[in-house]
Amino acid sequence: MSAIGNYFRSIFSGLKTLFQGMAVTGYYFRNARKEIITQQYPDNKDTLRMYDRFRGIVVMPHDENNLHACTGCSACEIACPNGSIEIIAPRVVDPETGKKKKVINQHIYHYSMCTLCNLCILSCPTEAIVMDQTFEHAVYDRSLLTQILNKPGSSLNPNVKE
Amino acid sequence: MYLSIYDFSSFFQSIDNWLTSTFPEPIATIIVWILIGVSAIAFTALLGLSLVYAERKVAAWFQLRIGPNRVGFQGVLQTVADITKLIMKEPLTPGTSDKFLYNLAPFLMMLAPFIVIGALPYAEGLQVMDLNVGVFFVTAVSSIGVLGILISGYSSNNKYSLIGSMRSGAQVVSYELSAGLAIMVIVVMSGSLQFSEIIEAQRDGWWIFKGHLPVWIAFVVFIIAGTAETNRGPFDLAEAESELTAGFHTEYSGIKFAFFFLAEYVNLFIIVVLATTLFLGGWMPLHIGDWEAFNNIADIIPPIFWFLGKVSALIILIMWFKWTFPRLRIDQLLTLEWKYLLPISLVNIVLAAFIILMGWHF
Amino acid sequence: MEETIISPDGTQEYFINMGPQHPSTHGVLRLVLTLDGEIIEKVEPHLGYIHRSIEKMCEKDNYRQIIHLTDRMDYLSAHMNNHAVSLAIENALEVEIPDRAKYIRVIMDELTRISSHTLWWGVMGMDLGAITSFLYGFRDHEYITEIFEETCGARLTMNYNVPGGVMFDIHPNFVKHVKDFIADFKTKLPEYDTLLSGNVIFLERTKGIGILTKEDAISFGVTGPAGRASGFSNDVRKKEPYGIYDQLDFKEILYTDGDTYSRYKARIDEMWESIKIIEQLIDNIPEGDFQAKTRKVIKLPKGEFYQKVETARGELGVYIVSDGKMNPYRMKFRSPGFSNLSALDRMARGGKIADLVAIMSTLDLVVPDIDR
Ligand code: SF4
Ligand code: SF4
Repeated sequence: MSAIGNYFRSIFSGLKTLFQGMAVTGYYFRNARKEIITQQYPDNKDTLRMYDRFRGIVVMPHDENNLHACTGCSACEIACPNGSIEIIAPRVVDPETGKKKKVINQHIYHYSMCTLCNLCILSCPTEAIVMDQTFEHAVYDRSLLTQILNKPGSSLNPNVKE
Repeated sequence: MYLSIYDFSSFFQSIDNWLTSTFPEPIATIIVWILIGVSAIAFTALLGLSLVYAERKVAAWFQLRIGPNRVGFQGVLQTVADITKLIMKEPLTPGTSDKFLYNLAPFLMMLAPFIVIGALPYAEGLQVMDLNVGVFFVTAVSSIGVLGILISGYSSNNKYSLIGSMRSGAQVVSYELSAGLAIMVIVVMSGSLQFSEIIEAQRDGWWIFKGHLPVWIAFVVFIIAGTAETNRGPFDLAEAESELTAGFHTEYSGIKFAFFFLAEYVNLFIIVVLATTLFLGGWMPLHIGDWEAFNNIADIIPPIFWFLGKVSALIILIMWFKWTFPRLRIDQLLTLEWKYLLPISLVNIVLAAFIILMGWHF
Repeated sequence: MEETIISPDGTQEYFINMGPQHPSTHGVLRLVLTLDGEIIEKVEPHLGYIHRSIEKMCEKDNYRQIIHLTDRMDYLSAHMNNHAVSLAIENALEVEIPDRAKYIRVIMDELTRISSHTLWWGVMGMDLGAITSFLYGFRDHEYITEIFEETCGARLTMNYNVPGGVMFDIHPNFVKHVKDFIADFKTKLPEYDTLLSGNVIFLERTKGIGILTKEDAISFGVTGPAGRASGFSNDVRKKEPYGIYDQLDFKEILYTDGDTYSRYKARIDEMWESIKIIEQLIDNIPEGDFQAKTRKVIKLPKGEFYQKVETARGELGVYIVSDGKMNPYRMKFRSPGFSNLSALDRMARGGKIADLVAIMSTLDLVVPDIDR
C-alpha cells in the first residue's frame, strides 16, 4: 500500500513544486510593467548618465585657450601595458632659459589596443589625460581609432609645473 | 436563450447559394475549393505570425523584458519582418544530405496542420467541414507531422539532427497514447466523434464543470500530452538548444526553417483548439446554473470571442510552462508517459465509463 | 581509416564534436564525445581555442601591468584574480597594506563571488532549458555590476587592485548601494530556490547525476564549490586565510554526495555566506588610506613567490619567479577551471548528453580561465 501512497504523493508533491515555480514567473508576468529591467538604449540616450568614474576612452582636456597639461614626459607611454600610447616629444631649446626641454609634438593614442586599464591616467604627473565617459566609439575604418590627443595648435599650459 | 445572429452558417449559406445560382455546378464547387484553400493558407500564415509575436511578447514579460517594440506599433510587424527576411534568405541544402527527403520534410511538417485546420470548429457555422469522425480525423492527421521531424533529422546528415529527431519520434508516439485516451473520455461522455455534437453537448455546461474527476484528470493529462506532442518546452527535447544546438532543424535555413517554425506554432494552436473544444465548450458561452441575468449577458458576447478568449488563455498557460520549467531528460520524459500518464489515463477512462453507467454526471 | 568500434550488441559508437561553438560550452571549448546512442562513453576536452598566452605576456610586463591581464582570465572573478596577484607582489615586497584596503578588497571579492554565482545560476537554468532563470540571474548580476562600475569605473574587467591597495577609494554611494543590494538580494535568493532548486524536474535532472567521489575530487584537484560538494574541504579562505578572512565569521559549505545537485546547492549556500561576510564588513570599513606607498617601479627580490586565493570557481594560485628585475622571470597561474574540467570525463561517463550539459554547468567553466 505504501508504494501506491508514495506514487500518488510523488505526483502531488511534484505538481506542487511546479505550481510554486509558476507562481514566481507568474508574479513577474503580472507585474511586467514595474519589474522590467532592460533599458531602451538608443531612445534613452538623452537621459543616460554614465558613472563619473566610468572608463570610456582616454582624452586630453583642453581649456578655452587651447592649452593642455601634457609635458611630454612619456610616463604614460611607459605605464601602458599594451603600447597604445606613443609620445613624440622632441627636445627643443627653451628660448627663455636656454635649456633643452621636451615639448609634446604628438600624443598618439591607439584606441584599438587600449584595454582601458587606467594605468596611464594614474601615472601622469600633471593629470593631462583623463578618462571620458562616452562609450559609442564604433567606426568604419580601423585607422580612425588612432587619435592624436593634443589638438593642432595647442600648447602646454604655462601654469603646469613639471 | 441563444442568439442566432452570431451564427455564421447562414452567411456562408448565402455565399454558397449565390455561387451555385451564378455559376454552373462544377465551377461553383471549384470556386468554393479555391476560396477555402486561400483562406486556409491565409489563416495559417496569420496564425503563425501572430502566435510567434505573442510568444515573444509573453516570454519577454516573464523575463522582465519588453519584447519586440520597434517594427510597427508595439512591434506587431516584427514577425512579418522576420518572415520576410527568412523568405529572402538562401535556402541552403547541405551537400551530403539526402536532397529529396531534405526538401520534402518542411512540407510534410506544414501539411498536417493545413489539413487539420479545416476540421476544427471556430464558431457556430465557422468550420470548413464538420466530419462525423472529426476528433478521430484530427488526431490521426496531426500525427503526420512527426514524419516531417523524423525525415528532416534523418536526411540532414547531421548527428545532432538525428538525435533530435529520434528523440522526437519516441516522444510523439508515446504521448499520442495518453492524449488519445484523454480525448476518449470526452468522446465517451458526449457519445460522439463529431465536433458540433460535442459542443452541443456542452450547451448546459462545459465538460470541465459537469464531468467530475475523470474530466479534470483528462484535461490535465491532455494539456501535458499536448504540450509534449507539439515539442514545446519543457518537452522540447527535439530541439533542445543547449544540448543539440537546434535539434532536427539545425541544417535548415531560409523559408524551409520558417516552415518548421510556423508549423510548431500552428500545432500549438491545434492542440489548444482541441482542448478548448473538448473540455471548455468550444465557442459555447459560459452558463452558470440558473443565473438568468449572467447567462443572458454571456450570450450577448459573440461565440467567436468566447472561443478566442479560451484559446488565448490556454496558449498563455502553455507558454507559461515553457518559460518556467527546465527541460526533461529523454528517459524521464518516457517515464512520465509510461509510468504516470498512461496508467492514469487508462484508469481514468474506466472511471469515466463507470460514472456514465451510473449516470452521475450532469 | 579509423577502425570502427562495434559494441557487443552490434551497435556502433559515434563521435560528436560539442563545440567549439555550442550553446552549452559557454565559450570556445571543444568536447569530443564518444556516444553509444545517447549514452556518453568518453568525453575528451580539446583546449586552446582562446589561448592568449597570458603567462608569457606577463613576462614582458612590469608588476603593475600584470594585474590588468588577470582580469581577462576568469572574467567573472576579476577581483579575486587581481587580489591574488596583488597579494603575491605585496608579500614579496613585504609591504603592509592599510586595513581599509583590506576591507574593500574582501567586500569586492565577496560581491564578485555573488555576481559570479548569480550569473552561473541563470546559466544553469538556461542549460537545463529554463531560459527565464537566465534573465533573473542576470538582473542580480547586473545590480552588482553597476556597483562595480560606480566605484571601479568598469563593469567586468575592473583592474581595481594595485600593489599596495586599491586603485581608488570607494565611491561615496558605495556603502549605501551595497546595503540596498543585500536587502534586495535577500528577497531574491529564496525565489531562486522556488524557481529551480525545489522544482521536481530540476531535482530529477540533477540528483544523483555526475557523481564525483571525494577521492576523485582530490586526485583531479577539483576545488571550489565543485570540490566541496564532494566533501573535499578546500576553502582557501579557511585553510590559508588571506586579507581579513581570518577575522570573519562564515562557514565553509561542505556536501558529501558529490552529485550535480550538491554542487548546485553548494553555490547557492555560498551566496548566503557571502552575504553574511559583506554584512559583517560593510558598516565597519575603517578610515584611513586605501593604498600603501609603493615605489613607482616595483622590483621584486630574487626568489619564488606563491599566493593562492579562493575565486568563485575554486583555488587560483599565482606563482611568480623573480630574478630581481622589473618584470617576472616566469609567471604561472594555477587556474581552477582547468583542474575542474579534467574531472569532467569521470563524471559524465555513462550519463546522457543532457546530463553532460547539467554537469558542465555545475562545474561553472569559464573558458578563458582554462586556456589563459
Ligand atoms: S588605459 Fe591602459 S591600455 Fe589604455 S592607454 Fe592607458 S595605460 Fe594604455
Ligand atoms: S599625458 Fe601625462 S604622462 Fe603622458 S606624456 Fe603627457 S604629461 Fe606625461
